Amino acid sequence: MDFEKLGLKAGIEIHQQLNTKEKLFCRCPTRLRDFEERNGEFFRYLRATESEMGEIDRAAEEEMKVMRGFTYATYDTTCLVENDEEPPAPLNTEALSIALTIAKMTGMTPVEQVHVMRKLVIDGSNTSGFQRTALVALNGCLPEGARIETLCLEEEAAQRVEGETFSLDRLGIPLVEITTAPDMHTPEAVQEVARTIGMILRSTGCVKRGIGTIRQDINISIADGARVEIKGVQELDLIDEVVRREAARQVNLLAIRDELRRRNASVTPEPVVVTSLFADTKSPILQRATYIAAVVLRGFDGLVGREIQPGRRLGSEMADYAKKCGVGGIFHTDELPAYGVTAEEVALVRERVGAGETDCVVLVAAPKERALCAAQQVVRRAELALGGVPEETRKLLEGGSSSYMRPLPGAARMYPETDVLPVRIRAKRWEVIELPELISGKAERFAAEMGLDEALARQMAYSEKAGVFERAVESGVRASLAARTLLGTLRELSREGVAVDRLEDAALLDVLTRAESGALAKEAIPGVIAEICGGLSVDAAVSKVAPAMSEDELLALIRAILSTRAEFVQERGMGALGPLMGVVMKEARGKADGRLISELLKKELRQRV
Amino acid sequence: MEQNPDLPQLAILSTGGTIASRIDYRTGAVTSQFDADDILRAIPRLGEIARFRAHQVASILSENMTPPLWIDLARGIYDEIRNGANGVIVTHGTDTMSFSASAISFMLDTPVPVVFVGSQRSADRPSSDNVMNALCSASAALSDLGEVAVLMHASTSDDRCAIHRATKVRKMHTSRRDAFASIGMPPLGYVDYPSLAVSLGDDTVRRRSGEADLHDAIEEKVGLLSFYPGMPADLIAQFEGYRGLVLAGTGLGHVSTASIGALRDLIGGGCHVVMTSQCLYGRVCDRVYDTGRDLLALGVIEGEDMLPEVALVKLMWVLGQHDDPGEVARLMRTNLRGEIRRCSCNGF
Repeated sequence: MDFEKLGLKAGIEIHQQLNTKEKLFCRCPTRLRDFEERNGEFFRYLRATESEMGEIDRAAEEEMKVMRGFTYATYDTTCLVENDEEPPAPLNTEALSIALTIAKMTGMTPVEQVHVMRKLVIDGSNTSGFQRTALVALNGCLPEGARIETLCLEEEAAQRVEGETFSLDRLGIPLVEITTAPDMHTPEAVQEVARTIGMILRSTGCVKRGIGTIRQDINISIADGARVEIKGVQELDLIDEVVRREAARQVNLLAIRDELRRRNASVTPEPVVVTSLFADTKSPILQRATYIAAVVLRGFDGLVGREIQPGRRLGSEMADYAKKCGVGGIFHTDELPAYGVTAEEVALVRERVGAGETDCVVLVAAPKERALCAAQQVVRRAELALGGVPEETRKLLEGGSSSYMRPLPGAARMYPETDVLPVRIRAKRWEVIELPELISGKAERFAAEMGLDEALARQMAYSEKAGVFERAVESGVRASLAARTLLGTLRELSREGVAVDRLEDAALLDVLTRAESGALAKEAIPGVIAEICGGLSVDAAVSKVAPAMSEDELLALIRAILSTRAEFVQERGMGALGPLMGVVMKEARGKADGRLISELLKKELRQRV
Repeated sequence: MEQNPDLPQLAILSTGGTIASRIDYRTGAVTSQFDADDILRAIPRLGEIARFRAHQVASILSENMTPPLWIDLARGIYDEIRNGANGVIVTHGTDTMSFSASAISFMLDTPVPVVFVGSQRSADRPSSDNVMNALCSASAALSDLGEVAVLMHASTSDDRCAIHRATKVRKMHTSRRDAFASIGMPPLGYVDYPSLAVSLGDDTVRRRSGEADLHDAIEEKVGLLSFYPGMPADLIAQFEGYRGLVLAGTGLGHVSTASIGALRDLIGGGCHVVMTSQCLYGRVCDRVYDTGRDLLALGVIEGEDMLPEVALVKLMWVLGQHDDPGEVARLMRTNLRGEIRRCSCNGF
């Protein structure tokens, strides 16, 4: 596909969790918990409210088709603010400082006053029914030339555990949301920009790391298509594929539109009740159904079942819309007979609703109210197909395809958060922000100044352990030893199931300096670290894994070495000290301190010379 | 907006509550825009339950509520009942809702439910408790209840509302949905949500036929003082000229020995002093310790198990009706609207 010719336009929104001590609007820690650790649950309904203009947001309205209740799990690390039972605390200043640093790193202009807004979200992921968000800075640019439009500080949503159950540990963790202009014209460019922004965010040293801590939403359109936002892309390497597949989906939807127009297709808005036709059906779903509605799509035959993306058909889109009414899915004649529905039954339906060969019939089975709601949704999606590509918010599916979530939100979505006072950003505060070294620059420095090869330097710079690495090298540890331990050894231990994430930087630094000084054998490093992770102090771990030799044992070792090398000692006199030092060190295997060895060896040697 | 003529009639009186409110973008405060159409548009399901008449008695934040407004409210409710309302809903800010509810309770003898309702989360948010509380209050106002009550969330979940006796309820949390609690007795009943099924306890006063009775005179010159260690006696002397003073004493109902003189002067000057307890739970008993006996000897009236605020409102009302000191003391010790229980219940 020639994306530039297709008129591909893409932009990204990156959401990155900040590693602050406390949440954005309460004083709870930003710690994720296991669902099993919950200490309580409660249950709520959410309903769309009118904006100040008296409108209900179209995205919120879509979520409201059924009255949905949500269950929330609480923890001993969550509070009444997450429960929507207490007004928010003032905006977390640590989070604001990090956001301002990022803004300055990308050449953005801060706003004079940070105003917190409420963004209506009633899918249950926010107990309040809105997400708090605040614009912090505007108009930045990236090395590649891509423009950053806005940087916002937002609260993270609650994590969906399953169905309509959410966990409150994640709700309220600070996020920065960085939105680029729709400047990218190829899938690769989108991925590259995402990579660069990710690198800049990590360079602050103040962002959370690991799965789910950074998410990309991608905005994509092609000429004659429509803006579609795909939410929740967590893997950087999937971004180009997501863009490719969405471009393809839009191309295919446009082709379907053209074909529908050629056929003079139309949608019959009134569904027909066909429940009685399936009185004796073998289809388990239709058998159970108390109400079956049929929607006739004139001229749609073969197109509803046409693939528009790997694993996705126009029918899948209709099913997504129908599911908003609480039905499990739909049947359509492009895929029938199947699922227990016979060819005879299909023929009966076609006859009852007056559908010809070029028409497609969609069936919805559910209790009456839901079935009628779903039928209406099918009609809506079919009508949208006549227009080409609808503007939508979509959810990423495994592999890079996507499913429909809701319409793009409208202007009625945002309104002021009156419980949080605005924060003024004074010029002084902006001026004193010091820019952290970019990870890309750090990688070059590690290679140039510390002699690491380029790949290792890059790996070290991107690592969370870059800070320990630098401190170790400053205190005299060889860069190669530090890098090998911090990257290789830790990864291997982690694979073996050792909880290396519990390791404190100070302990690592201690182990590295002992190894460098010879007080600890390099071979003993993995064993010692494993013991520290198991809860021992550095001293205790060293004496357990690599116990120090007693002075007597060391003396015996030195004397034995001197006797087997008596001739060499005679020959070189005190000059044998250097070479013999190496021999003893090697034999002691790090179990004795280098200085003690040197002292004893010198004494013994002097007696023999 | 069309209302179904076959449904029973309810009245909604607003004092600035949040049932149909919006944010005022000038002040950031929530304002109410109030007529029956607004309410039904905001909460369409109400229209399936009853017909509504609505009017606004006041539009204030509840901390600005005053005894004269209680009188306006009592008269408004009285008129609605006389005009055939099967029940009355009063929307009210939650801060002083229990004061107003107990004031109405003393002023108005009602044969039908008078249900005070509010919301702890403003109506402009999708998670507001206003819709559920409003629907449950309508169901309670049509129920067999026959007294003044406060209805709010029973727990943090949207599963049921509790009906509290107006003279036994207190706001016990600054912000939670279930901030209101019955003190010294279980709630009168519950309304399940979303079914709106009402269940009432045996203790509840039931709906009856007959007329409402209104006695709306109030004496405003009554104070409430919470004692604290080291409180200077001249603070008590500040109430000189008041017709009544409710003390929220410590424990069983005590103030310091140093306060005795000032209280003697106050009572000697014609002020009625009623003792209640800061403990909120339990009954005052001034016969156990010396200070208590001294207080009784001065003529301090034991407030039994009345909540301090309820004793305040009751004293205002009693003094509005009577001048005779013996009658005032007798009424203050007599249960009138469920504010005094014969027995203190187990547990709290």
